[in-house]
Amino acid sequence: MPTATFRIWRGQNGKGEFQDYVTEISDGMVVLDAVHRIQAEQANDLAVRWNCKAGKCGSCSAEINGNPRLMCMTRLSSLRLDQAVVLQPMKSFPSIKDLVTDVSWNFRVKKAIKPFKPRRPDAADGTWRMAQEDVDRVQEFRKCIECFLCQDVCHVLREHSLHDHFVGPRLLVYTAALEMHPLDNENRVNELRNGNGIGYCNITKCCTKVCPEGIRITDNAIIPLKERVVDEHFDPLQKLFRILRK
Amino acid sequence: MTTEYQTFDYDVLVIGAGGAGLRAAIEASANGVRVGVITKSLLGKAHTVMAEGGIAAALGNVDDRDNWKVHFADTMRGGQYLNDWRMAELHAKEAPDRVRELEAWGALFDRTKDGRILQRNFGGHRYPRLAHVGDRTGLEMIRTLQDHGIHLGIDVHMESTVLTLLKDSGRIAGAFGYERERGRFLVFQARAVVLATGGIGRAYQVTSNSWEYTGDGHALAYDAGASLSDMEFVQFHPTGMIWPPSVRGILVTEGVRGEGGVLQNKEGRRFMFDDIPENYRAQTADTEDEGWRYTQGDRNARRPPELLTRDHVARCIVREVREGRGTPHGGVFLDISWIKARMPNADAHIKRKLPSMYHQFKQLADIDITQEPMEVGPTTHYMMGGVRVDADTQMSDVPGLFAAGECAAGLHGANRLGGNSLSDLLVFGKRAGEYAARFAKENATVTLDSSQIDATAREALEPFERNGENPYQVQHDLQRMMQDLVGIVRREDEMERALEELGKLRERARNAGVVGNREYNGGWHTALDLHNLLTVSELITCAAIERKESRGAHFRDDYPQKSEATGTCNIILQRSDSGELNLKREPLRELPSELKQVIEEMK
Repeated sequence: MPTATFRIWRGQNGKGEFQDYVTEISDGMVVLDAVHRIQAEQANDLAVRWNCKAGKCGSCSAEINGNPRLMCMTRLSSLRLDQAVVLQPMKSFPSIKDLVTDVSWNFRVKKAIKPFKPRRPDAADGTWRMAQEDVDRVQEFRKCIECFLCQDVCHVLREHSLHDHFVGPRLLVYTAALEMHPLDNENRVNELRNGNGIGYCNITKCCTKVCPEGIRITDNAIIPLKERVVDEHFDPLQKLFRILRK
Repeated sequence: MTTEYQTFDYDVLVIGAGGAGLRAAIEASANGVRVGVITKSLLGKAHTVMAEGGIAAALGNVDDRDNWKVHFADTMRGGQYLNDWRMAELHAKEAPDRVRELEAWGALFDRTKDGRILQRNFGGHRYPRLAHVGDRTGLEMIRTLQDHGIHLGIDVHMESTVLTLLKDSGRIAGAFGYERERGRFLVFQARAVVLATGGIGRAYQVTSNSWEYTGDGHALAYDAGASLSDMEFVQFHPTGMIWPPSVRGILVTEGVRGEGGVLQNKEGRRFMFDDIPENYRAQTADTEDEGWRYTQGDRNARRPPELLTRDHVARCIVREVREGRGTPHGGVFLDISWIKARMPNADAHIKRKLPSMYHQFKQLADIDITQEPMEVGPTTHYMMGGVRVDADTQMSDVPGLFAAGECAAGLHGANRLGGNSLSDLLVFGKRAGEYAARFAKENATVTLDSSQIDATAREALEPFERNGENPYQVQHDLQRMMQDLVGIVRREDEMERALEELGKLRERARNAGVVGNREYNGGWHTALDLHNLLTVSELITCAAIERKESRGAHFRDDYPQKSEATGTCNIILQRSDSGELNLKREPLRELPSELKQVIEEMK
């Protein structure tokens, strides 16, 4: 059987080093298969987070040769195997051990975003009517598997560590899903501008490029939200209109 | 109690954060008690996320002939009447409200033309019944519950595992476990505990289940003295991926067949037409054309045989492969691309209806499902058996211990219908949460037994002191053995051998050793999971030996027919105080006459 070399970052709390593992590879293998084989045969205590192994849960995010990817959806056949495949944990989050990072920040930030608040039901039986076209737009955002690869690649978090001032692409997608939900009545524009720091995004689209679900994060979520912020805060006519409508 | 443990105190402790666990936590919290949730993974990653097809609920949005009675009768027929009829009744009646509730919490289902929740066809359901979002319904459901639940003041302990349940003079008192990140031990004191730990798929080699599915709730309940039922009924989903080897077992949704996908052997024959069970004959299409019309919503057409129940479809696939009519990699073909012949823009239609299937095959197998057939074969998917619970309250026979979802038994009998799992999680998750909260309010506080905690902690650390066998190897050998000897087709002599093998594996598990430290150590976690895997494997094997007939998901090569002797009872397993496995046949409870009548009317 052919083999390949995997250069895996081993360490705890940010201190560690790369270690090379040579393992057998076979047809159709993905990076996570190789990591599992190494864990089972050579490094029982290797830390790796995973669940579904089918690109649906977003647990096995890591950096493969420097690219933020899901390990379960990265085929070995898509990588150069004449050199070591470099695996390291996501850089935007504190390291726990080996390939596992502490992503709890994302969960805390989400909690602070105003929850879904539906309008009154449309029908007497307490149900709503929505057209598929209106649902489509938000369904795109709700495909998000919370892998946090967009957060990992975003330079505002990755290079500048502005976690206290900017919620990152994932949570802007989450906010967009709420704001554009056909039933939602809440207004999150003020928070978007202030605490959530949407202004920090300078639409370089790095997040869109790494999204394993193909969500057009920048074009469909962030830019429309930026427009809402501009409309609400800087367009006096719009502002007047909104006041009158209330 | 020593101080090296972190201690938490809740009224209701929920173990598991999939659909059932989250729904239970939400309900308990709504009832005004303090709630803690423990989850082996991060929040929102539980196995529910992988459910694809939809949530079965007789909303009647697409076909107004549907109602709870039809759903009830379908569920009972699918379960070969071994179901707990009261659970099947509650489920059919309450599922529509649970689905509508999700919409009120922000879920966005696909829509009908008049703007209501769209429903799709699925195996064993007479009418289009599954509320869905493309083929990622589980994700929509778990995210909705998660995003709703985080605002209710529920404590969530992520990446934590329970090792044992704690009792206080016969009653449940809490749980003891560890968190993965630092490997620290956690003590939970609780007046009521809800098990919502899912299934047992990791006891088998080919499975659609993730690493989490190690039968924790089943084993925890068994060890705590609760009785379990129907453990012989393991559902092998007929369509898992089989090629390339690294993806073997990954689920291919039944939705593919619901949308018109057909099963063919290597000769191109639709073999499902060759074997239609008697009790489904009246509901099954006579011709390929009728089957196609059914999938496209023709109310006068009957369903194609591809949409027969999962147990039957899986066995037909095994038969084709065994008799030499399988595909090159040992499965059969599942083809959705053929619908091009029947509809314009079929490519776009397939991508819209089955986006994650398209994605999954494209990325993992280099197959474009809009252009060519998939190769599929059975994969271990779901556990019908589990903790025996009271239908209304979901309480087990240990006071204060509740169970909901896959780790509870009753609703599905000998075979679960697709789509009935997500609705099960919602209906009985809610009930478990509600009654657990009530139990916690009505019963005085508990005291914990520190000697039990200390003993469990000591035992959990033993693998570090041994220079023993690699736990991954033990796990791997167990999975292979169960696959070979207690799989989809079973025989007495093979299962007797399985029991012997289990004895040896248990010995090896006791000698498994781990390297490294306690922090996020996969080897250690695997070593600790072995106990539960071995326990459920033994329970499955013993129950499967006892049921000397073929029924639902349980197929015996040596007893291929149904038998009255076991066809009218459930097999109950319970651990005696001295640790022996007690097994008994318990006759089914008699159906009330009005439900009997419902079943008769729907025949």
